[in-house]
Amino acid sequence: MSLGVEYYLVLSALLFTIGVLGVLIRRNAIIIFMCIELMLNAANLAFVAINRSLGSSDPDGQLFVFFVMAVAAAEVAIGLAIIVSVFKHKKTINVDEVNSLKG
Amino acid sequence: MTAEHVLFFVFGAVSLIGAISVISFRHPIYSALSLIVTFFAQAGLFVLLGAHFVAAVQVIVYAGAIMVLFLFVIMLLNLGTLSAKSALKGKLKGLAVVLGVLLAIQGVYIAMTAGTDTALESAQASTEVVTTYKIGELLFSKYLLPFEVTSLILLAALIGVIVLVKRENQAEN
Amino acid sequence: MDIELVKDIIIPIIKVLFIAHLLIIGVMAMIWSERRVSGWIQDRLGPNRVGPQGLLQPIADGIKFLFKEDIIPNHVDKPLYVLAPAMLLVPAMIAVAVVPFGDTITIAGHEIPLQIADINIGILYILAITSLGVYGVVIGAWASNNKYSLLGGLRSSAQMISYELTLGLAIIGVLMLTDLPEEILTKLGVDETNPLSLRHIALAQGAHPWNIFIHFPAFLAFTTAMFAETNRLPFDLAEAEQELVAGYHTEYSSMKFAIFFMAEYMNMIVGSAVVVTLFLGGWHFFGLETMGGPFWSGVISFAIFFVKTGIFLFVFIWVRWTLPRFRYDQLMNFGWKFLLPVALTSIVVTGTLWIATNGSRLWIGIGNLVAAFIVVAIVAGIMAIDNNSKPIVQRASAPPLRGLDAIE
Repeated sequence: MSLGVEYYLVLSALLFTIGVLGVLIRRNAIIIFMCIELMLNAANLAFVAINRSLGSSDPDGQLFVFFVMAVAAAEVAIGLAIIVSVFKHKKTINVDEVNSLKG
Repeated sequence: MTAEHVLFFVFGAVSLIGAISVISFRHPIYSALSLIVTFFAQAGLFVLLGAHFVAAVQVIVYAGAIMVLFLFVIMLLNLGTLSAKSALKGKLKGLAVVLGVLLAIQGVYIAMTAGTDTALESAQASTEVVTTYKIGELLFSKYLLPFEVTSLILLAALIGVIVLVKRENQAEN
Repeated sequence: MDIELVKDIIIPIIKVLFIAHLLIIGVMAMIWSERRVSGWIQDRLGPNRVGPQGLLQPIADGIKFLFKEDIIPNHVDKPLYVLAPAMLLVPAMIAVAVVPFGDTITIAGHEIPLQIADINIGILYILAITSLGVYGVVIGAWASNNKYSLLGGLRSSAQMISYELTLGLAIIGVLMLTDLPEEILTKLGVDETNPLSLRHIALAQGAHPWNIFIHFPAFLAFTTAMFAETNRLPFDLAEAEQELVAGYHTEYSSMKFAIFFMAEYMNMIVGSAVVVTLFLGGWHFFGLETMGGPFWSGVISFAIFFVKTGIFLFVFIWVRWTLPRFRYDQLMNFGWKFLLPVALTSIVVTGTLWIATNGSRLWIGIGNLVAAFIVVAIVAGIMAIDNNSKPIVQRASAPPLRGLDAIE
């Protein structure tokens, strides 16, 4: 008897919420960024869990995880480059202090 | 209690504790390390779900590459001093926590009722391990177009980063 | 006693203990041989006072490390400072779990594979675990709260990310050509070859030529990247003593320093074992491994693997005491402009020729060599033209590390 899918989904929902909470509470751009990664991972967990419980022979859900990871990698590279540029201009990465479009 | 139950609760608890540490540690380095722990526990969960390939890729991509980049940037910018004032205070924080709890309740409710969903109920959960061969086969047939698009996204990211950094250098000179 | 219990629990525990101790003893042997071989290369004696030929020197060193005062400086970040050596040592130790250190050995009628765990993503597991080694270095460097250490950690993280790519890409060609003949598959009781399993890769090299002959450029790229991953000269930018005192372990003393050292040697041993499995035929040596009965062939196969790993470890030491260190920009240029293209070419050429020549390994081997030569020539040509167009002054000095402007 294997574990029901709802266990994994509950865990995924909790992880996602913690990610959202982090984005809301923290003002440090890097930590906000990490929380976004956390949310993506929660989604990945749900993908894999549902894929297994649907019982199809094809691992479609796992492929979506694969794509999410590829996009996340691209996003991290760009995002961190932006954070570094912002830091060089403003000497801060507090998102509340980075509030003007003009450098 | 089967072995899967025990392992699920161990990995689940570790990933939750790690996730909470990410948002509660003051210093970004500690947050990053907690996130690595969470990713690790998630890789364990993927193994439990029979997704061995995804678990390995999770560790290689997230723990091995993405988080090293995070650490690199944190160390490069020496962000330690910023962290003390980098959290919401007072009423706003309370509001955020209330909203977060509401979201959690909603998410958990949806997840609990998902088991009674017709599509999930009728299906027989597969217990077999998904082989890398199968993933590759699907990736190069059904998902060929998304796969190529992903490579384009990565290329675009590559060029984007180079452009961002290059402009910086010329401005300094 | 129940035979199933013995097979499922006791035998694996024995294997784990055997390999773990072998690693520790291997580290001691490496410490001794590194000092003796370096002495030999530099035409001096090396340590020869403690025990015959100085063989007990590692034990003397160990006792010295244990009895030294364990200093934790005041300015360090204590939890991470203590954690860092373990974060380096643990990945080095657990990576070896999937490496097959011999064929099967038959004891009392039961066939036991000489490998701790043959998991179906074997080589990915190795890549995943080795990619974690960088955290020990980076965290140790950051926690030391010392400019020299921090620079070492920054260098190390950039270097590891760059060379990891080569490490992963260089083995794709090997995986593509891993296929086992029918009789081995039926003997193993599986339907098809799993190219990710290290045991299958090693077995395939018994049926076909060793991978080093087919994928020579990939072998060179992989080995070079392996040197960089283990932070050994000529890639030890993270601890370059002329520039950074001792890099990331400047602030470490006593047993914590010794653990950093042990982890480096353990990484070397595991790396050598992986190279032997992937490229140098694993436990095969032109039929020698099949000599003797079912018991002795297992022992012989282990001995062959052991000797091959030992020879490769000697190459590690030899390279360290022969080559000078790279400059930082040379390191990055080398990784991104030479190793990575060579690894990528090996994938394209192997795949194309596999189809074009209908699976002739001879042609793939030749094609790989030729293609690697062409690629290296093109890159070198472009770099030469690029260099000549720059004024001499700029060429002579290393470019400054851009990002570090931000710290000041």
